[in-house]
Amino acid sequence: MKLRAPVGEEIFDLKAGDIVYVCGEVLTARDKAHARIVEMLEKGIDLPFNLNRAVVYHCGPIISENKVIAAGPTTSDRMSSFVPKIVEKLDAVVFIGKGGFSGKAVEAMKGKAVYLAFTGGAGAFAASKIKNVKGVFWEDLGMAEAVWVLEVENFGPCIVAIDSKGKSIYDEVRKRIIERLRK
Amino acid sequence: MPEFEEVVERIKEMIKRAHTELPEDVVRAIRKSYEAEESEIARKNLEIILENIEIAKKKGLPICQDTGLPIFFVELGRELELEFRIEDAIKKAVREMTPKLLRPNVVHPLTRKNTGDNTGIGMPMINVELKEGDRLRIVYLPKGAGSENVSAIKMLLPTDVERIKDFVLEVVANSLGLPCPPIIVGLGIGGSFDMAAKLAKRALIRNLDSMNEFEMEMLEAINSLGIGPMGLGGKTTALAVLSEIAYCHTASLPVAVNIQCWANRRSEVII
Repeated sequence: MKLRAPVGEEIFDLKAGDIVYVCGEVLTARDKAHARIVEMLEKGIDLPFNLNRAVVYHCGPIISENKVIAAGPTTSDRMSSFVPKIVEKLDAVVFIGKGGFSGKAVEAMKGKAVYLAFTGGAGAFAASKIKNVKGVFWEDLGMAEAVWVLEVENFGPCIVAIDSKGKSIYDEVRKRIIERLRK
Repeated sequence: MPEFEEVVERIKEMIKRAHTELPEDVVRAIRKSYEAEESEIARKNLEIILENIEIAKKKGLPICQDTGLPIFFVELGRELELEFRIEDAIKKAVREMTPKLLRPNVVHPLTRKNTGDNTGIGMPMINVELKEGDRLRIVYLPKGAGSENVSAIKMLLPTDVERIKDFVLEVVANSLGLPCPPIIVGLGIGGSFDMAAKLAKRALIRNLDSMNEFEMEMLEAINSLGIGPMGLGGKTTALAVLSEIAYCHTASLPVAVNIQCWANRRSEVII
């Protein structure tokens, strides 16, 4: 299934386990960008980019001469604590990353957001799905931490790992492990 | 006598090779796990990993954008004469490969300011060991943060030898999909607090086909957890368990678990 950014209500039909391919604009953001976004939201300052209906990619790419060299996902869990504040005022948002969220993030995503898992470490493969670099915000954070605006085509396969109803493949795996370790 | 610039070039070549070509034993292990997996999601992830390895090799691109911390193991022959510091050659090579191949990852631990060239106090991390002969061998092991962040060390009680397995399983179970499974588990047993960690890291430069019985048994136990590729469930949580030991104090049992992602990048050069 194809998903085009900016996204709309179609993301609420996605179910954990579905496979999707993303087209359009995605914004990269990781630790420092998330901290800055939340800080600005708390102070009521407008962000220089629009997060509503956006696709946010947890990624710190290697970009040289405006070309993407490698751009696989980073570990999303480091961003878990920022998620509730970020999704609060948004209608819809898609996160792409690896490893999933923990804590209050999954609950906060209900009716607002879906989380897509993209294969971690597949930096060269991911770069081949990125058509061009459309811009960059917050370059002062450094190459890995800046917010890059990337145009992607058939970015995937991405697996819906946490859907907007709160169903998480990671939680299912976690439950099975706890049972196994108890034995 | 090797010249400075020649050594720098050889190190640069080794850095590029590590990031663009995954060692054969690692690729073989990933292929084997792809054939063994039954779930569609697990197979898809391994399929992308294998395709990614191909693309990186063909186009000379980094396998993963997290080109890691620069870690080097240097074996210096006692009879070798060098007119320069080997650390300087390594530092220069790392600087010249950033950012055209290496992402600038190195920051001050407190201010978090990025140096921009992957060097700083203690970085690159260089372990030097003296050996017999006149050979210089350098092994490069770039280490990504996703897997490093879930690594752990514990000072077990000397009577807790049986608990080593439980501790390793606990570390892997807690890490779930965060370190990009299928992982390789580096295990350091014995020595002191710091030595155990060093042994665990050093274990990661070993060939995956060199596992002993103890390591195979640990691997089976880890794979029974069902974490699977990328933590989305499946048969392959780890590709290998590699361990190193050192004698330790009668009153202690240090155990370190250093987790490595599937992109077990390593290369070596002999000068």
